[in-house]
Amino acid sequence: MATRERARLLAGACALLALVPPLAGALDQPFYVELFRRIMIFAIAAVSLDLILGYGGMVSFGHAAYLGVGAYAVGIPAVHGIEHALVQWPLAIVASALVALVIGAISLRTSGVYFIMITLAFAQMLYYLGISVEAYGGDDGMRLPRRSVLGGPLDLRDPVIFYYLVLALLALVLLLAHRLVDARFGLVIRGARSNEPRMRAVGFPTYRYKLVAFVLAGAICGLAGALLANQTEYLTPDFAHWTRSGELMVMVILGGMGTLVGPVVGAVVLLLLENLLSGLTASWQIILGPFLVLVVLFARRGLAGLLAGAAPAGG
Amino acid sequence: MTALLVVEQVLNGLQFGCTLFLMAAGLTLVFGIMNLVNLAHGSFYMVGAYLAIALTRWTGSVALGALLALPATLLVGMAVEAVALRTLYERDHLDQVLATFGLILFFNEAIALLWGRAAIYAPIPPALAGHVELLPGLRYPTYRLLVIAVGLAVAAGLFVLVTRTRLGMLIRAGASNRTMLAALGVDVRRLYTRVFGLGAALAGLAGLLAGPIYAVQPGMGEQILIQVLVVIVIGGIGSIRGALVGAVVVGMVDTLGRAFLRPLLSAVLSPTAADSAGPALASMLIYLLMAAILAIRPQGLFAARAGA
Repeated sequence: MATRERARLLAGACALLALVPPLAGALDQPFYVELFRRIMIFAIAAVSLDLILGYGGMVSFGHAAYLGVGAYAVGIPAVHGIEHALVQWPLAIVASALVALVIGAISLRTSGVYFIMITLAFAQMLYYLGISVEAYGGDDGMRLPRRSVLGGPLDLRDPVIFYYLVLALLALVLLLAHRLVDARFGLVIRGARSNEPRMRAVGFPTYRYKLVAFVLAGAICGLAGALLANQTEYLTPDFAHWTRSGELMVMVILGGMGTLVGPVVGAVVLLLLENLLSGLTASWQIILGPFLVLVVLFARRGLAGLLAGAAPAGG
Repeated sequence: MTALLVVEQVLNGLQFGCTLFLMAAGLTLVFGIMNLVNLAHGSFYMVGAYLAIALTRWTGSVALGALLALPATLLVGMAVEAVALRTLYERDHLDQVLATFGLILFFNEAIALLWGRAAIYAPIPPALAGHVELLPGLRYPTYRLLVIAVGLAVAAGLFVLVTRTRLGMLIRAGASNRTMLAALGVDVRRLYTRVFGLGAALAGLAGLLAGPIYAVQPGMGEQILIQVLVVIVIGGIGSIRGALVGAVVVGMVDTLGRAFLRPLLSAVLSPTAADSAGPALASMLIYLLMAAILAIRPQGLFAARAGA
């Protein structure tokens, strides 16, 4: 996809999302503000995964680990009375980046299926760690005493203000990713995806580039985790459960990987579908499961691929 | 007294390892030969356990129920392969992960619809419900001994199958060069369906054996699936020998870790610290082991090309 076309699509997506609160207000359906805020938080996480999965070809099956790290980086200080967002959120980003640095440094030594499995294993380790730390709720999780405090008019307890804050952060992440994938750094990552030996032969230390991308993706996902803790006001180790990692992958692939707008579309479609189906029947997964199989079989480049027609993937 | 406890836990570890091996053998065969990442392998474990219970109720005999559940799971596996997975062999691993993730959702929900979400009871046949006195003072459940015996017998059977029979020869040939095998006139598609069915039946066997020991409920397959993935990654994907070694190692490390880590830690740390760190470390142990092994040998212990 051409750079300018992608910029237009991303701006359009953000503009559409900005319309949700007034529409929900007009229709007297405040629930949709909550729902779309949740969707945007997952979109941030999915975009971060797309950076390494779609552009870098690193199939991380443990990306939800950083959702968990980010959420607990909000929850644990909050329990001890530290409630300012400017402490909690940077902490979430730094902690996730450090965790991603350790996981990436080991995992990137492997490739292919081994990489999928080892990232999954690390995420499970963190999940079990969360389960066994009784001081912070263990298995049951814990309630967030209070949403992060930003000061001034930015009160997260106001659903609409919180909504636009999340939207602004999503737009910021998309802008960053948009600039990054066309920059020299992004081109090296994409080059390493299509032919790593050649990139190395040309003289790029691909391991280091991939590790930086992996850490960056973890950091962004940590921010999403911090937001998610504020959204649910309750945090459990389930944030890092492997099915959550699977869902993030589904969002990226469903929307179309390597497109940036794809993960946003994927998050919107998957979570709306979940919401719609779970309203119809308690057994909604029996419909969602075969739907995913059909997407894989027939929509090979995701929904964005269907929309964009013949545009090459990863462009 | 302590020595007997250690022996008992080692046997428990072996029994868990045998369950893991039954799962891992099928998964590693399917991966090594067809290059298919099948996350839905845990679903066959669950299907096997449920079918065995349903057929036991229907026939009134545990043995008959188990015997009928195996071919039934085989058929379920072959049907899944033919309907959903056959076209995915040539695809990216990512597509396979996504499609089989969808299958997991489907199977868990289908089982929940048919039998409910609560755990159901799997009976042990009365003949196996007792204990055997292995050593003076060490009474061990007969049923767990049966699981160990079945696991070891299947390992031996698979070894013979892969190295000594015509089907095994075709499996090895298919793993090393699929196109050449097809050019020689072998129906590779049918071969793949059979191998997939075999893997599913082995997973079903693991499930029906595990039923009376662990809980039979929707989602039971995923918990063990992750551990089985650890097993085949440690052992080296595609290697049956690796699956056996990996399964026993993971079974032992996990079981012994859960049993002895807390007492060991309390010798070093304060009791409260040991109480909180022990279980945490024990459940993380196999993942730490896997990370350590992959950091040293990125292809696992027995990086294999062919099925053996």
